[in-house]
Amino acid sequence: MRHGVMIFSVIISYWRNITLPWICGILLASVLLAMPGKVMAGAAEDPGVVDAVDYGAYLARVGNCMGCHTTKGGQPFAGGRRLSTSFGVFITPNITPDKETGIGLWNQQDFWQALHQGKSRDGRLLYPAFPYTEYTKVTRQDADAIFAYLQSLPPVSQANPAHDIFFPYNSRALLAVWRTLYFKEGVYEPDQSKSTAWNRGAYLVQGLGHCNACHTTRNMLGASQDNALAGGQIMGMNWYAPSLSSHLEAGSGDWEIEEIAALLTTGITERAVASGPMATVVRQSLQYLSQEDVLAMSTYLKSLTENDTGNAPGVHFSVISGSLRRHLELGGKIYREYCQECHGADGKGAPGIYPALAGNRGVVMDSPLNVIRSVLNGGYPATTAGNPRPYGMPPFQQILRNEEVALVVSYIRNAWGNRASLVRALDVDQGKGGDD
Amino acid sequence: MIRFIILMLFCITNVANANGNAVPDTMAERVKACTICHNAEGKAGRDAYYPRIAGKPQGYIFNQLRNFRDGRRYYHAMAILLENMSDEYLREMAQYFSSLQLPYPHPEQIQMLPEEIELARHLVYSGYPERNIPACSACHGDILMGVEPAIPGLVGLSRAYITAQLGGWRNGGIMRIQTSDCMSEIANQLTENEVNAVAKWLANQSVSGKPGSFNELSPELVDRCSQTILEHGGAE
Ligand code: HEC
Ligand code: HEC
Ligand code: HEC
Ligand code: HEC
Ligand code: HEC
Repeated sequence: MRHGVMIFSVIISYWRNITLPWICGILLASVLLAMPGKVMAGAAEDPGVVDAVDYGAYLARVGNCMGCHTTKGGQPFAGGRRLSTSFGVFITPNITPDKETGIGLWNQQDFWQALHQGKSRDGRLLYPAFPYTEYTKVTRQDADAIFAYLQSLPPVSQANPAHDIFFPYNSRALLAVWRTLYFKEGVYEPDQSKSTAWNRGAYLVQGLGHCNACHTTRNMLGASQDNALAGGQIMGMNWYAPSLSSHLEAGSGDWEIEEIAALLTTGITERAVASGPMATVVRQSLQYLSQEDVLAMSTYLKSLTENDTGNAPGVHFSVISGSLRRHLELGGKIYREYCQECHGADGKGAPGIYPALAGNRGVVMDSPLNVIRSVLNGGYPATTAGNPRPYGMPPFQQILRNEEVALVVSYIRNAWGNRASLVRALDVDQGKGGDD
Repeated sequence: MIRFIILMLFCITNVANANGNAVPDTMAERVKACTICHNAEGKAGRDAYYPRIAGKPQGYIFNQLRNFRDGRRYYHAMAILLENMSDEYLREMAQYFSSLQLPYPHPEQIQMLPEEIELARHLVYSGYPERNIPACSACHGDILMGVEPAIPGLVGLSRAYITAQLGGWRNGGIMRIQTSDCMSEIANQLTENEVNAVAKWLANQSVSGKPGSFNELSPELVDRCSQTILEHGGAE
């Protein structure tokens, strides 16, 4: 009898340590599925019956219209936010229903033309700093709902300054050329061979979610190379948005769907944390996704790398030589002094609190930019309903010299089985500044 | 939705415990990213002077955190940390730092000429009504320990910090650029000499006593500062 109890408790503790996260995921999923489908969830429901304004409010969250069309601490949707790019500074317009300074005189058709075709009410071509290149996939019904919501807002009278774009990009004629080369108009077309959830996820990721606005490499004309979420440095921001379609970066083929969903809505999981601009996306937009939609998005994201088997991350050496080991050890010393108290001697951190650095895909990614930035600037994960009181990472810019940052970053990229290229003081210098 | 949240929380905390690395579930642990710069004593950092924030009035700290986050007060390192924080969490941090009772450092010992001392005392305790400058003590409290909930104390600060703050308002400099309130109006009226004298004198005073209560403020001054001390600071 006692024996039986003991075995049982051993099983329990094993179960707790190894599988609890997955059990939690499954639990979560079952609760989600058991919950009465929120009307706003979209897909399955008929939005026609739903209050269009509420549904539009939800979609505006998914599209994060407010994130760009609001200045820090300013009136929601009244615009005025400065977006720095390599072509100059764009100032977002006021999209509240104010008749003089906003879009109060617009009708549904005008709005559709902007979102779907990238043309303003007067026919002026719009710059793709407004991600209509992605929003073009949004259905007419959804666009009308967003419009209904925007028109229901209190009008705010706020005239914003003009864009400040460098020559020759300030020519709208050039923009016309650009559009013929790079802009493909068209609503999302479901892939009949895939599930409803997958299609819903693809619709959201490629369309309203405009993930590709950041997770892509842009050419010299600012056009994204494809719609493959292949990752790239964000224009005008000193951040690298990793590939979502490669398991060498932030592909999630080997993640449970529920874990992906938890990352998108809470901003943190055992293996990853959304930081910098991604934390902002989580706070402003993804945390508000309905359960159905976030699971759909995760289904789609997972599928992007499910069959992806490539080489191990950019390994530049397989065996660590004696001199290299001594070099890395200099970083190890800094790690023990400044980092270990949170990230642990084993680099495993404390799940959900301090991210693991061992086996962290963001740490061993080819581009060391984000890791350097984390060490220089520190940061807090976004406050979300699932993680309302996050723990923080201190900045070290004011304490460590560039050489020391390079050493400690090289160390964490090569400790505990991690393997990635070494970082130089020059790389650290390039990780400084660049955004506001 | 509530069920969903509770479950998420359950998962996060449970997973953490399961790992065995026990991280204290305290505010002190959560604000380590702040205390790397802010401790009991203000200190000169590599890029700026890091003021002591422990024990300042809660509403004042909350206002400042929102100002840094929303770009109304400028300091890059803090703007990055606060970028994605909710008002609720900022309020909790403010409450935490406000409740900290850390011993104050010894006052500075800066040499002052008798006429400087006289000038500073006059500003602090009498002001210049004809220039529309009330006594500093009329707002910052008789013993200059601040007034709840949103007026900070003036003692326990360093000369470098006081000069920088008054300078920030005066020059329309980068630090408090967008705040236009009762304090910025006063700072803008002070002369260079007055700023120097009052900064030295304040830094020489030792700290004792507690912040005053709101009722001590005259209705006229409450009115003058209403934007700062009622709208946000009175929020709690
Ligand atoms: C990444 C930033 C960004 C996001 C996200 C964004 N916008 Fe914009 N938006 C812009 C910029 C920049 C412009 C100005 C483009 C121009 O003038 O060429 C713009 C222009 C517009 C216009 C045209 C206004 C006019 O006067 O011509 C409308 C309408 C609009 N956005 C609506 C939306 C809606 C609805 C959403 C959410 C679904 C949204 N935007 C999300 C950046 C953004
Ligand atoms: C404003 C730019 C931006 C947008 C828009 C954006 N991302 Fe990101 N994303 C980033 C950056 C930068 C990172 C790298 C920082 C990090 O790891 O959190 C990132 C990281 C990620 C990660 C990996 C997180 C980790 O640490 O492993 C995932 C997954 C992700 N994004 C998904 C998405 C999805 C899905 C969308 C669309 C709904 C999206 N992102 C939209 C900028 C963006
Ligand atoms: C007080 C605890 C603490 C200390 C000390 C600390 N970190 Fe962190 N670290 C964190 C937290 C919390 C995060 C998540 C931050 C975020 O979301 O922006 C983090 C994030 C990171 C990341 C990004 C991980 C990811 O998935 O994107 C790296 C890399 C990192 N830390 C390295 C270091 C190094 C190197 C040091 C020492 C020089 C250090 N940390 C010291 C708490 C800490
Ligand atoms: C890199 C160092 C650094 C870090 C980290 C830092 N601060 Fe600061 N803090 C400063 C400096 C410098 C100032 C003064 C800025 C100025 O002069 O306007 C300041 C000012 C403040 C003030 C206003 C003090 C006053 O009397 O007006 C508060 C409140 C504050 N910080 C809270 C925090 C909190 C909370 C955190 C963590 C989330 C934090 N700080 C992180 C350096 C730092
Ligand atoms: C009319 C009321 C009023 C008077 C009179 C006044 N102050 Fe202030 N002071 C304030 C308020 C309110 C704040 C907080 C401002 C904020 O929230 O940004 C403040 C803030 C300050 C600060 C910033 C403290 C910190 O911790 O950052 C300094 C320094 C200061 N005052 C100095 C003075 C001096 C010196 C005088 C006298 C010459 C004076 N004040 C007179 C209302 C007043």
